[in-house]
Amino acid sequence: MLTNESIQQKLTEKFGDQVTGFTESFGMMSFEAPKDLNLKVLQFLYDDEELQFRFLSDLQAVHYPDQIGRELAVVYHLHNLVSNVRLRFKVFTNIQTPDVFSATALFSSANWMERETYDFFGVNFVGHPNLKRILNVDEMDYFPMRKEFPLEDQTRIDKDDEMFGRGGTF
Amino acid sequence: MSDTSTIHHIKLPDGSIEKQTTTLNLGPTHPATHGVFQNILELDGERIISTESTVGYIHRAFEKLAERRPLFQITPITDRLNYCSSPINNMGWHLTCEKLLGIQTPKRVDYLRVIIMELARIADHLICNSIVGVDTGAYTGFLYVMQYRELIYEIYEQICGSRLTTNIGRIGGFERNFTNDAFKKLEKFLDEYPKVLAEFENLFTRNRIFMERTIGAGPISAERALNYGFTGPNLRAAGVDYDVRVHNPYSSYQDFQFEIPVGTTGDCYDRFLVRNQEMWQSISIIKQAYQKVQEFKGADAEVYHADVPEYYLPEKKDVYTKMEALIWHFKIIMGEINIPPGELYFPVEGANGELGFYLISDGGRTPYRLHFRRPCFVYYQAFEELVKGSMLSDAVIVMSSLNLIAGEMDA
Repeated sequence: MLTNESIQQKLTEKFGDQVTGFTESFGMMSFEAPKDLNLKVLQFLYDDEELQFRFLSDLQAVHYPDQIGRELAVVYHLHNLVSNVRLRFKVFTNIQTPDVFSATALFSSANWMERETYDFFGVNFVGHPNLKRILNVDEMDYFPMRKEFPLEDQTRIDKDDEMFGRGGTF
Repeated sequence: MSDTSTIHHIKLPDGSIEKQTTTLNLGPTHPATHGVFQNILELDGERIISTESTVGYIHRAFEKLAERRPLFQITPITDRLNYCSSPINNMGWHLTCEKLLGIQTPKRVDYLRVIIMELARIADHLICNSIVGVDTGAYTGFLYVMQYRELIYEIYEQICGSRLTTNIGRIGGFERNFTNDAFKKLEKFLDEYPKVLAEFENLFTRNRIFMERTIGAGPISAERALNYGFTGPNLRAAGVDYDVRVHNPYSSYQDFQFEIPVGTTGDCYDRFLVRNQEMWQSISIIKQAYQKVQEFKGADAEVYHADVPEYYLPEKKDVYTKMEALIWHFKIIMGEINIPPGELYFPVEGANGELGFYLISDGGRTPYRLHFRRPCFVYYQAFEELVKGSMLSDAVIVMSSLNLIAGEMDA
């Protein structure tokens, strides 16, 4: 029986204190690893007899501008279809050199998901066969989902951030 | 130079080989794409050598928009993902919010939701399957089942007032109770549709021409399908019995008896059969759910939402007469309710497969990050592998039998 505890135990056995940040929210376990190790961890999760996380449900990034040195998180959602267990795996990278190894060799589905992540966050997936923009136009020279690009026009004064629930005092 | 080189009207540079293949643009506004996306096909005669897909023509920045909207304003965004089955997207979003907010919905609400979601699944599958028919040259089936999609839309109309982009339901339940007309129309649907579906199947399933066109077109093995992130009917056609409704039941799906139909070869014919079978299963689920709904008597039959004043809009007559209701009304409409912090991935079984909502809240009034896992977007990248080496006409059927919805792909 594959439980969150046994997954954590197996991962710490294999990678020691390199895998950190084990948390559980809404039944799904989440952990992180250094970005150099992302493929090793994914491969281990894929190959291990018991773990068998062979289905990549989702791959995307999150931008945390306040975490200096680990601004971008690449989040993998993995699914073991045999035991029906889901797992969330994160790697953090700085925003100056956002290089993360590509998982396309392991999951064909990662191809477009990584292109989408590159398109919106500028994560440079090293080893990706065709890393170019997918939903936005090719001429775009910025990464729109980063938090420094607010949705509203900044020259407008009638749309205060407080009205939209962020940055307010009340 | 010998005489043979003078055959060319245009003199090629020395050492170059004359191009033997044809480049064909299928899309972005080609009738066969049934949506706005482009396939650049490299053809050798009529055989496809390679394809390159371009998506994003109707990208509307939903994820960015969602970062500045309170939860209830995100529901209309989800309508526009897979617009053939908007209610499933709406319900998926409400369920995600309810899980994050810790709202427990009453059983009757769950069953009503199941009815609506399965109706949406039928509407989506019947449009997909009849379009496969149209693309193979059989228009009749399409026109025949279309009147029942109309009936499904009338049921939506009775419940929420709109037809295509439904914005149906609210966080915690429905905006109003189902009317008697809605139930009457549902009964009419349950009474008439099975006969029509049986006839629709008769038209196609053992039709020699249809079989010749679809069997062996765009096949995929179970292993490759999983690797490509296939979900929903397309994965099940390859022989994997993965269904979110069974693996991670939501909205009380565990209370229902139904089967997961699977195929073997993963080709267009199997996808067609799996979708047909799923419609039969959906009809059976709706019947069970309707029976369960009818078992609620008296005051229980009036329950259509959970008691969550922080998120569920009070009734208008209360807003005008009660102070409390007025306060909540303003707080909700102005988006002044903070969402508890948390991180959540919530999948539901959309008509095309696993529709996932990845929601991160930092305690503000809008999501910090919201990502939609759109099944179409994930599996469309397998298109090149599916059609490589097949005929041009197969590419058209593969596209329609994958049920590619541009709205879902481009978000």
